[in-house]
Amino acid sequence: MDLELTEEQRMIRDTARDFAVKEVEPKAAEIDKNGRWPSELVKRLGELGFMGVAIPDEWGGAGMDNVSYALAMEEICRACASTGVIMSVNNSLYCDPVYKFGTPAQKDRWLRPYASGEKLGCFGLTEPMSGSDAQTMATFAERKGDKWLINGSKNWITNGPHADTIIVFAISEKSTVGKAKHTAFLIDKDTPGYSREKPDEKMGIHGAHSCTVFFENIELSDEHRLGNVGEGFKVAMATLDGGRIGIAAQALGIARAAFEKAVEYSKDRKSFGVPLANHQAIAFMLADMATEIDAARLLIWRAASMKDKGVRHTQESAIAKLFASEMATRVAHKAIQIFGGYGYSKEFPLERHYRDARITEIYEGTSEIQRIVIAANALK
Amino acid sequence: MDFSPNDTQSLVQQTARDYAQKTILPQAAAIDRDERFPADLLKGLADLGLMAVNVPAALGGAEAGVVAYSLAMTEIARTCASTAVTMAVTNMVGEVIARFGTKAQAERHCPKLADGTYAAGAFALSEPGAGSDAGAMRTTARKIDGGWVIDGQKMWITSGAHAGVMVVWARTGGPGTGGISCFLVEKGQKGLIIGHHEDKMGLRGSNTVSLTFDGCEVPDDALLGEVNGGFKIAMMALDGGRIGISSQAIGIATAALDEAIAYAKDRKQFDKPLADFQAIQWMIADSKTELDASRLLCLRAASMKERGVPFSKEASMSKVFSSEAAVRICNRAVQVLGGYGYTREFAAERHLRDVRVTTIYEGTSQVQKIVIARSVLK
Repeated sequence: MDLELTEEQRMIRDTARDFAVKEVEPKAAEIDKNGRWPSELVKRLGELGFMGVAIPDEWGGAGMDNVSYALAMEEICRACASTGVIMSVNNSLYCDPVYKFGTPAQKDRWLRPYASGEKLGCFGLTEPMSGSDAQTMATFAERKGDKWLINGSKNWITNGPHADTIIVFAISEKSTVGKAKHTAFLIDKDTPGYSREKPDEKMGIHGAHSCTVFFENIELSDEHRLGNVGEGFKVAMATLDGGRIGIAAQALGIARAAFEKAVEYSKDRKSFGVPLANHQAIAFMLADMATEIDAARLLIWRAASMKDKGVRHTQESAIAKLFASEMATRVAHKAIQIFGGYGYSKEFPLERHYRDARITEIYEGTSEIQRIVIAANALK
Repeated sequence: MDFSPNDTQSLVQQTARDYAQKTILPQAAAIDRDERFPADLLKGLADLGLMAVNVPAALGGAEAGVVAYSLAMTEIARTCASTAVTMAVTNMVGEVIARFGTKAQAERHCPKLADGTYAAGAFALSEPGAGSDAGAMRTTARKIDGGWVIDGQKMWITSGAHAGVMVVWARTGGPGTGGISCFLVEKGQKGLIIGHHEDKMGLRGSNTVSLTFDGCEVPDDALLGEVNGGFKIAMMALDGGRIGISSQAIGIATAALDEAIAYAKDRKQFDKPLADFQAIQWMIADSKTELDASRLLCLRAASMKERGVPFSKEASMSKVFSSEAAVRICNRAVQVLGGYGYTREFAAERHLRDVRVTTIYEGTSQVQKIVIARSVLK
C-alpha cells in the first residue's frame, strides 16, 4: 500500500497549481460574469500538455497517468471550474475514446492535434429526450451502400460551440424486441448538414459553452466510425468511466476553493468579539468540510490509479463521482453559510463556487445513475 | 500510488479473516447475548500474533505494521466487535509500552501482551468527571520514597477486570495537561479495586469497569515516560487508537452491509427481490460509497503512521468519518431487514448496538472535529 504521489505526479500538480493561481484564478470572476469562453486559457492548457494529459506523447499528449490528470483537474478547477470542464471534456470524453477505440489513421487525424491542444473535441451522447436513459436516443445512422447517413440532434454538448469535432452516438440498428444497437462516429464541424444552436444559458460554469448540435443528412464514410458497428454504447460507457474521474476531480477542486476561502474568512472575520473560527459551530463546519474533501480525493485517486493499472473501475469511478459531487455542493453551501451575506453577494466568489458545483451532480451521469451503477455492482 | 495491500499485509488480513470467520463468527451472537468475555478467542488471536501486530518482533510482536493492524482489526470486527475492541486496546497498550517504555518495561510487559499470558491490556484515562476533557482528571500520584501512591477513580476502562497490565494516567503536578504522568499498573496490585461492571447497549462481550485506586502503591519503575509528560503519551496513543477504532467501525459496517445485501437479494416483496427496488438500491449504494471512503481515510492514516509522519488530523478524520458512516450503514441495514432486523434472529441489531459506541469512545466525534478544525485553522 502506497498512497504517496510520485515525483512526476507532484511535478504535474505543481505546474497546474502555478498556472492556475497565476493565470486562471485572476480571470475566473470575469469569465463567469461575462460568460466568456476563455480561448487564451484553452490555448495555454494545450501548451502545458493539459489537453491530453494521459495520452501518450506519440499521439500528441503529455504521456502522464490518470492520477496526474486528476491532480491537474483539481488545481485548474480550484481556480475556474469553467476552464476545468473544457479541459475535462477534451481529455476524458474526446481524446480518451479516440485513443482507446481509434485506428492509427483515425488517431493521426482525430487525436494528435486534439491531445496537443491545436484543436478541440466534444462528446455527443445526450439528447433532448434521452439523458440518464441514454440508450433510448433518437439520432439514427442509416447504412447507405458503403456510407452512413446521420440524422438527429444532441444537446448539452459542452465545448460544442467551439469544438472542431464531435463524437456522436447514434442508433445503427433498430430493434422491435430488445435493445437497439449503437455506433459511434467522428463528425467534423464543417461537414455539410452540421449545425449548432446558440450556447445554452446556465446557472453556472458560464465560461464553458455548451449547445445543441444538429445533424441533417450527414454523409460519412467508414473512416468516421469509431469502434465497431453496434458497439457504440460500450464506447460511451467506457468513456464515462474515465470522464467521471475528471468530473469528480472538478468537484474536488471547486470544493477546495470554497473551503480554503472559508478557512481564511473564519480567521479574519470577528463576531461576538472573537474570530468566527473560535465559534464551535463554524469550526465544526470546517472540520466536516476538510474531512469530506480528503475522502473525495482518496476515492478519486483510487479510481484513477485503477484506470492506470488497466483494471475495471466502473464502480470505483461511480463512487468517486457520486461522493465528490455531492460533497462539493455541501461544502460550497457551508462556505456560503460561513460568509453569511457576503457569501450570497457577487462581490465574493462563494456564490460562483456554489453555482459551479451544482452541475457536477448532474452531468456525466447524475447522482442517481451513479447509485444505480454502484448498487448493481454491490448486489451482483 | 498503490491502493492494494502488500504481501505481508495480505497475509495478516487473510489470517485474521480465516480465524474470524471460522472461529469467532459462530460464537459472536452468544458472546453478545450471554455477556461473555471471550478469553479463549483472545488467546487464539494472541497465538496468531494479532494481539501485538505493530509491536517489534524483539518484544514478541508481529512487527507487521499499522496497515496490517488496521486490516486485521476490520476482519475481527466483521464478526465480533466485542472481541475486536479488546484486541484494539491490547494492541494499543503494547505499542505504547514498546514506544515510551524503558527496555526493562517493554521486555517485562510486551511479550506477555503479545503471547496471551496477559488476557488483555487496559488504558485508564477517563474519569467520572473527565471524559473529552481528559486534562481535567483528578486521580493523583504522590511521590514517596521508592515509588508513587495513586489515588482516584477511573471510568469506562475496557478489559479493566482482566488486564495483566494497565496504563494509568494520574496528576503529579499542577492543574491542566502539563501536570499529568503515566504509570504501568499490574493486575492484582494492592490498592487497585475493580469496581462497577458497566451494563452497556452493545459490545456486551467486552469488559468495561470503573477502577478505584485507594492508596495504590507502585514502584519507581512503574512510571512510563517523564514525570508530568504523560498527557503527550495519552494523546499520541489515542492518535493510533483512533485508527484501531476506525478500523473496528469499518468492520462492523462491512458486516452490516453484507447482511443487508444478502437479505435484499433473497427476500421478495411485491413479487420481486428487495434488491430490485430503487429505494433499497439507494441505501446499498450510499452505504457502499461511505464505507469505501471510510476505508481509504483509515488506510491513509495507517500508512502515514507507518511511515512515521504526523497523522493526528488524518486519524481524527478517519475516526469521525468512519464511525459516523458506520452508524448510518448499520442503521440502514436494520431498515433493509425490516422487522427481522429488529430481532435477534439476525445480526443487524447487534451491529447497530455495537457500532454506536464508535462515535463516542477514543475521542467522541466532537473531539475529533476539534482536532481537525484546530489543524485546518492553524
